[in-house]
Amino acid sequence: MRAVVGSTRIEEEIFGRAFDGNVIRRIWRFVAPYRPQVVIAVLAALTFTLSQLSIPLLIQYAIDNGMTPGADAGTLWRIMALFVVAILVNFSASLVQEKVTARTAENVLFDIRWRMFEHLQRVSLSFMDKTEVGRLMSRLQGDVNSMQEFFETSVQSVGDIALLVGIVVAMLWLDWQLAAMVLLVLPVLFGVRVLWLARARAAFMAAHEANSVANGALAEAIHGVRAVQALDRAGLNADLYGKLVGNAYQAQLRASRLAQIMIPIVDSLTGIAMAVVVIAGGLMVASGRVEVGVMVAFLFYIQRFFDPIRSLTMQYSVMQRAMASGHRLTEVLDVSVDVTDAPDAVALGAADDGSVEFRNVTFGYDPQNPVLKNVSFKVKSGERVALVGPTGSGKSSSISLIHRFYDVMDGAVLVGGRNVRTVTQDSLGRHIAMVLQEPYLFTGTILENIRYSSHWASDADVIEAARAVGAHDFIEAMPQGYQTVLDERGGNLSLGQRQLLSFARALVVDAKILVLDEATANIDSYTEMQIQKGLQTLLEGRTGIVIAHRLATIRNADRIVVLQHGVKIEEGDHEALMADKGLYSRLFELNYASFDDLPADLTLKDRATAT
Amino acid sequence: MTTSVPTSETNERRFRRTSDVEVQQGLGALARITRMCIQYPWRAGLAFTATLAAVVAQLAIPVILGRAVDMTQASEGDVFEAGPLVAVALMLLGASVLRGLFTLVQNYTAESLGHALAHDLRNMIYDKIQRLPFSFHDQTHSGDLITVGMLDLEGVRMYFSTALVRTFFLILLIGIGAWLLLSTNVVLAFLALSFVPFAAWRSTVMRLILRRTWLILQEKLGVLSQVMEENLAGIRVVRAFAARDYEMAKFERASKTALELSHQRINVRVTNTSIMTLAFFTAMGLVLLYGGRQVAAGEITVGTLATFLTFMTILQMPVRQLGMMVNAYARASTCGARLFQLIDMQEEISDAPGARDLEITEGTLRLENVGFSYQGAGRHALSGISLEAKRGEAIGIVGPPGSGKTTLMHLIPRFYDVTEGAILIDGQDIRDVTLSSVRQAVAVVQQDSFLFTTTIENNIAYSTPFVEDARIRNVAESAQLHDYVLGLPSQYHTIVGERGVSLSGGQRQRLSIARTLMMEPSVLILDDSTAAIDAGTESRIRAAMRDYAKQRVTLIVAHRLASLMHADQILFVDDGKVVERGTHDELLALGGRYKALHDLQMRPDADVLDEMAGVQ
Repeated sequence: MRAVVGSTRIEEEIFGRAFDGNVIRRIWRFVAPYRPQVVIAVLAALTFTLSQLSIPLLIQYAIDNGMTPGADAGTLWRIMALFVVAILVNFSASLVQEKVTARTAENVLFDIRWRMFEHLQRVSLSFMDKTEVGRLMSRLQGDVNSMQEFFETSVQSVGDIALLVGIVVAMLWLDWQLAAMVLLVLPVLFGVRVLWLARARAAFMAAHEANSVANGALAEAIHGVRAVQALDRAGLNADLYGKLVGNAYQAQLRASRLAQIMIPIVDSLTGIAMAVVVIAGGLMVASGRVEVGVMVAFLFYIQRFFDPIRSLTMQYSVMQRAMASGHRLTEVLDVSVDVTDAPDAVALGAADDGSVEFRNVTFGYDPQNPVLKNVSFKVKSGERVALVGPTGSGKSSSISLIHRFYDVMDGAVLVGGRNVRTVTQDSLGRHIAMVLQEPYLFTGTILENIRYSSHWASDADVIEAARAVGAHDFIEAMPQGYQTVLDERGGNLSLGQRQLLSFARALVVDAKILVLDEATANIDSYTEMQIQKGLQTLLEGRTGIVIAHRLATIRNADRIVVLQHGVKIEEGDHEALMADKGLYSRLFELNYASFDDLPADLTLKDRATAT
Repeated sequence: MTTSVPTSETNERRFRRTSDVEVQQGLGALARITRMCIQYPWRAGLAFTATLAAVVAQLAIPVILGRAVDMTQASEGDVFEAGPLVAVALMLLGASVLRGLFTLVQNYTAESLGHALAHDLRNMIYDKIQRLPFSFHDQTHSGDLITVGMLDLEGVRMYFSTALVRTFFLILLIGIGAWLLLSTNVVLAFLALSFVPFAAWRSTVMRLILRRTWLILQEKLGVLSQVMEENLAGIRVVRAFAARDYEMAKFERASKTALELSHQRINVRVTNTSIMTLAFFTAMGLVLLYGGRQVAAGEITVGTLATFLTFMTILQMPVRQLGMMVNAYARASTCGARLFQLIDMQEEISDAPGARDLEITEGTLRLENVGFSYQGAGRHALSGISLEAKRGEAIGIVGPPGSGKTTLMHLIPRFYDVTEGAILIDGQDIRDVTLSSVRQAVAVVQQDSFLFTTTIENNIAYSTPFVEDARIRNVAESAQLHDYVLGLPSQYHTIVGERGVSLSGGQRQRLSIARTLMMEPSVLILDDSTAAIDAGTESRIRAAMRDYAKQRVTLIVAHRLASLMHADQILFVDDGKVVERGTHDELLALGGRYKALHDLQMRPDADVLDEMAGVQ
């Protein structure tokens, strides 16, 4: 069926096993620092439950001992004093329990999120490349939240179990025979609830799913509205969406029916229990076997029956959900960190020069499939080198290695004459400035974006950098100048403007080496001109390693390194390479605007000639 | 750039956020939602009737219980008869069952009414969003529309069940209950009800505080999630600048603000709920004390006391939830106001009354003195543009960024309406014919086109989902996409788009061209749609499209002159006006702006760049 709106969603497993020891152990490590709080919360929950239980008992006692005709007025007062104590205990215990539980759960949640986020700052980039941001976000938000729910309800469950046990014990203590009759309802209630839960959950999930599908289609319509109008699909889409919404409606009605059906069942069972107390208890009272207060207390307890049962059965789902989430959380925490500072790592400093050397480097994301094979070249301090080659030739991997985003499999990458594995990553980051192919900007002011993490740079430094790359004029023309807040990803700027800001950001770092991945997109000639000028400033007095796509950039380089299929096939300046009549000269003569996105036949032919 | 919206306008969005919605608007919204609910008279009637019945059954329970307790007392000394006791027990059971059943009906009908209302509103919202013109979408954050369609809809949906029916329920419960108690024992009734005003007040205050802080918390959490998301999406920048510490500090700042606010909320909630419980128990203690002395004095029976105590238990929960009800009103009013604002939005571009379909005969496109300015922007984006193109002709349009090229291209399919002059196809003003027929007649390939998260096949056939597979293959071949698709694991069934296989810029553009080739328009617009495609592939696409182009007028916007130098006529546009016009050769001979651009592109050396910089 080709006519669809909304996308096929890939749903994650929502419920896991209700109990997973491994997950519990891992998560416990986050709770452990809050052990005193947990103990306090559980004690408070138990105290709270006891005070709850005591109230019907006090009422019973008052009825049977303080209200009988001719009873001593002092008795009622004494019971009332106890009652006051009970409700004050109840008040403080509930305050302590809820506050401590909620705050601790919230703290644990933020701790877990902190740990995950911090971990993601260090995991290998190939993991980050493979993993969608949305997926990680749902770990950091959805999964972490369902753990929070789990903590909160866990403490509550302790109270619920205590309440249930307490009610049973209190009833048995008041009158075991009457209690035995009434308690017959309990297993029925439990059974019905458990049977119901399985079906209800399926219905809730179906409703949730149908609803998400419809919402997904709405989001698509919002984001793709221009395409929808351009392709004249509004009418058909409205019909298709109508069907999705209709499905969601039916599913929601079904879920609603199932949710409500429990009410008459519980009420009827409660009614039966009460009827039993009235008849059996009434007869017992009439025959003088028990006091009337006992009957009243029973009636009170019966009305409290269902609450703990409901929460306890709910807790099962919460646990299943938490285990599934917890499993995914630990997966993120377990992603290995490949690149770490060596124990004796030194910091690259001002004394180290800006040279870069590849010494017989072999590297691959998958060891079986190296993307760089025995590549060697040297870039002297202050020199400008262009890396050229078709898509998949290993250019991007090369510049990632200079920055030690990954470790080489064989050979070595040297920066400032030192193996990158022997220096600290932080100092490497300050020694090398990098401009990525796609300019990436953060939400915030222009000033903050240019300064980024170079906290040492003053406002004047930032403005100076912007001026140097030719961004100052358009920034000043914006409503709030440097204080203009950028939209998401710099949406209120043109591509060229974003590019210039990313140049300024790299310039502020004032590093000895500049690594740049030139944009492939065919920018209009006017913007292109500005960018070329910005680039000249940026490279001045620095070692420059540029993945070049534009002929102007390539021709301005001191040296050109041509890569193909992970092998260095040519090296030299423009004239020398043209004289060689190799891949470079052929590409140049064909006048391709970009060395990427080349026709397959051209590169295939070259593979044959290169090997 | 696909759209060139002046920045000042973007900042001043027509579509307003929560805080801006005024109280008056909110009250109007409540009235309107209420009217909409009444349009389901059966469900509404049934819900209210069931509520009444449920309240009566519920209130019967404490009365019957009291009677049962007294029965055991009254029979002291006499011969006890079990018969009446069984009757009372059965009544109790009956009342419980009825209470359950009526509550079921009440809740279910109320919820189903809400769902039905939401169902209708969803369709209205979707249709409205699809039909609102580009100018609206330019000025509206997509996130705001999603909020309306999902969260605001929920607020409106819940109104009937959590606000209206709930209010009715509480009024009946407290009203009838109070009357019942008061007619039994005035002092005791006052004592029993004494916690109600206090709990109602605390609960309302609490909910309103929680609501306000919730909105703030959402904002803080939004900041936190933005910090995380941007960090993850831009992880290469973060790593490249060795900015881990900086990013962690940013994260911790956002996280801490959210955590603190969240703790504040916990305090408000816990303190209030605990104090409400305390108030309830205090009232119960007073009833017990006063009632106990009355019982001891023989003024009232134990059963009466039990009735009072049970009634209090019944009342406790609904009263504590009063705040939620108040919250439901507040939520529905803001949500409703925003939702109606969207639904009531004028569709500025729509069919004129009695409009007929466009009739294509010659397939001639004519622009007569076309002028355009964006809403609220003082200056003209375009002015005095005239053009005539016959079937089979190609028109090239070139100019610096922001000169109005894309704007002009958006006028022809009527994404915006001209503010001066007219656009005619075969002599018919496009504003006089049906919008759908214009969109069928004018097809646009945009530079940065949206791909739907679905298969490549579905994307290509988006405009014409019911065609044969062969045709899809054909256009894919023309767009030089077929070979690439064959290399994919699921070929034409590979899912692309936001959550599918990611395509390069060039592949996206080729897909977008293929998608447009499925249509049979009279006017084809290529709006800078080959920027990311290399020159060789582009010329092959052009060759494959030669026959297709013979059947229609083609308008080409491009930066790369090679893409449009073969056009029958080339317009050089600057600042919204045509400054040069002619064929490639004529324009070169003219030696103006076009020629300067041509030179720049043909000799991409640094010295030419410097030269250009001098000229500017």
